Parts: sequence; C-alpha cells; structure tokens
Amino acid sequence: MNIQEQKSVLVIFPHPDDEAFGVSGTIGTFTGRGTPLTYACLTLGQMGRNMGNPPFTTREELPKIRQKELLDAAKVMGIQDLRMMGFRDKTLEFEDDQKMADMVTTLINDVKPSLIISFYPGYAVHPDHEATARAVVRAMRAIPASERPTLYGVAFANNTSQKLGAPHVLHDVSTMREVKLSAMRAHASQTVWMLADLEKRLQAGDPEAKAWVETERFYIYDFDKDTVS
Amino acid sequence: MKPIDTTTVQSWIDSFANEEIYLHLETTNGAYASHFNENFFSAGAYIRNAQVHYEHGKIVGDGPYRVGLKLAIGWVYAEGLTHAMLDEEERLLMAGHDQQGKLAVALQISRTPFE
Repeated sequence: MNIQEQKSVLVIFPHPDDEAFGVSGTIGTFTGRGTPLTYACLTLGQMGRNMGNPPFTTREELPKIRQKELLDAAKVMGIQDLRMMGFRDKTLEFEDDQKMADMVTTLINDVKPSLIISFYPGYAVHPDHEATARAVVRAMRAIPASERPTLYGVAFANNTSQKLGAPHVLHDVSTMREVKLSAMRAHASQTVWMLADLEKRLQAGDPEAKAWVETERFYIYDFDKDTVS
Repeated sequence: MKPIDTTTVQSWIDSFANEEIYLHLETTNGAYASHFNENFFSAGAYIRNAQVHYEHGKIVGDGPYRVGLKLAIGWVYAEGLTHAMLDEEERLLMAGHDQQGKLAVALQISRTPFE
C-alpha cells in the first residue's frame, strides 16, 4: 500500500525505541518526502532492564545512554523535530489523566498534524503504551470530527487480530529497510540481543522476518466507536 | 558494576549508617512478562528518593546476596543482589541481574536525592 501524503505528522510514544520497531520505515518515508514530522517521546526509558552480562551500565546511567540512543535514532530516521517530554518510565498511568491529555492537546495545537501515530488503546500491552494511547484519544476526541486528524494506532496484544481483525493500513517500507534496521541498531541497549536473532533470520531469508521488517501495520481509531473512558 | 565482594560492600553500607540518606528500591519482572507468558504472575515494587536513616545495615548470603537496613522503627531489605559499586557521586548502587543480564532488583543509597 502506498503511504498516503500528509500535511504534517505527529508521532507520540512513551519510550525511546517504541518508534523503531513498528514505525521507523513510515517515519523515514515521511521525512524523505519532506513532510513535517514531530516525534514526541514521553520518557527516557529509565526502567529498561537490559544491563548486559557483565553489566555495561547502572540504573542511574541508563537514561543518559537511552537519550543518546534516541538522538542517534532520530538522526537515522531524518527527524528534525524531536521532543523529549520529561516523564518517567512506567509512571504514565499514574499521572493525572487531564494533564496527560492537555499535554497532547498542546502538541496537536502546535504541530497541527493531519496524521497522528501512537499506540492503539486496549491493545498496546505495556501500561505506559496504554496510558499514552488513552491520552491521545482523550485529546483528539475534543476536536470536531471535521477537523480531527487521523489516528494510526500500533496494536500488538496477543488478541489483536482476533478482536480487531486485519490491520486497516499496511505500509510497504521495503525501501526503508536499512533505515529501519539502523534505527533499531541505534537503540542498542534494548535491541542488541533481539537484533542478533533478527539479522540471522533475515540473512537466512526467513519470510516472516522479512515481512516484519518490510511492512508496518496500523489500525485506524474510530472515534464514533470510542471505547476509552 | 562489579560482582559483589561482601567485605567491600559491608564497609560501604556502614559508611552511610546513622545519617539521613535517600533510598531507591526496585524489583521488577519487566512489563512484558505476562505478554510472553499469560500465566506469569507479574509483580514489582518501586520506591525512589525515600528519605530514611538506618541504625545499621548488613549484607548476607553466598550470592546472590541479601541486604537489610534496620530503621529506628522498621526495616528495608532487598534479595537477589549480584553487583555493586560506589559511583563517582559516592552513591552506593547495588543491583541484582539475572542470567540474561536483566535487572531484577536494585537497592541504592545516596546522601543527595536521585535524579
């Protein structure tokens, strides 16, 4: 599927590396076209658990490493407007819901996106992903339907295809393969073990791995059937 | 971080006794534990910058190690610690890493608040 032209794009995820896995090919396509794109990353992934064996970092140093990785990944993806929003990993669901929604509203008013990419509420597994998705939906539903941007949600809960069916949008990002792999490599503190396996499978021509890297899947959130509380 | 040497770590623990300190205590299985195994019962706890004062502290066990801090009217302890260091800001960082190098527990002591 061709990636639709957009006036501007706002990407909102809670952790450095969230964008790399499912969206970096799409991001690279937009930045390559010169579409204005903002990535708001809410935390610095302070609670990452991969410390290495022997450990290469500590609880206190990890956020600095992950911030550097985020900057490197943004460069690889051609992101010129990267915003680090200063929240703490694994605390988003405990923040004040109104404050979270207001933060998203401020971003929307500033960026004026025609497309927003985030997680899909209810199908995003990690509590921070869910809290981010809820904040995005709460901010967006206050916008009149005629002016509301489209919301592409990333969903990967085990019951996703059973409950939501097939993804509504499939992006062929095969031309972005190196951008995507480089974005994942930039987040080495979190991805190095997973990438070793993935690159081996890609070299062996595993069709599942190839499909995973070369296609990005989104569900369009239907505000007429809004289920967020 | 280095594998724990109990004599060294004990001396570090002693050096913070009987003063106001800031404490970080964390245990975690990671947020994806029950995504990969739906029968997994995920539990964790997190305290950052609790201000406490301990009368004495002790490291025990044969590795992984346990550290307990006795407060005037309570206790703090952590189990599963494997590595420790005194960092450049003179903070005592102790952590327990599993076989894959993933953090499972952290107990940290500082004279100034953690960031």
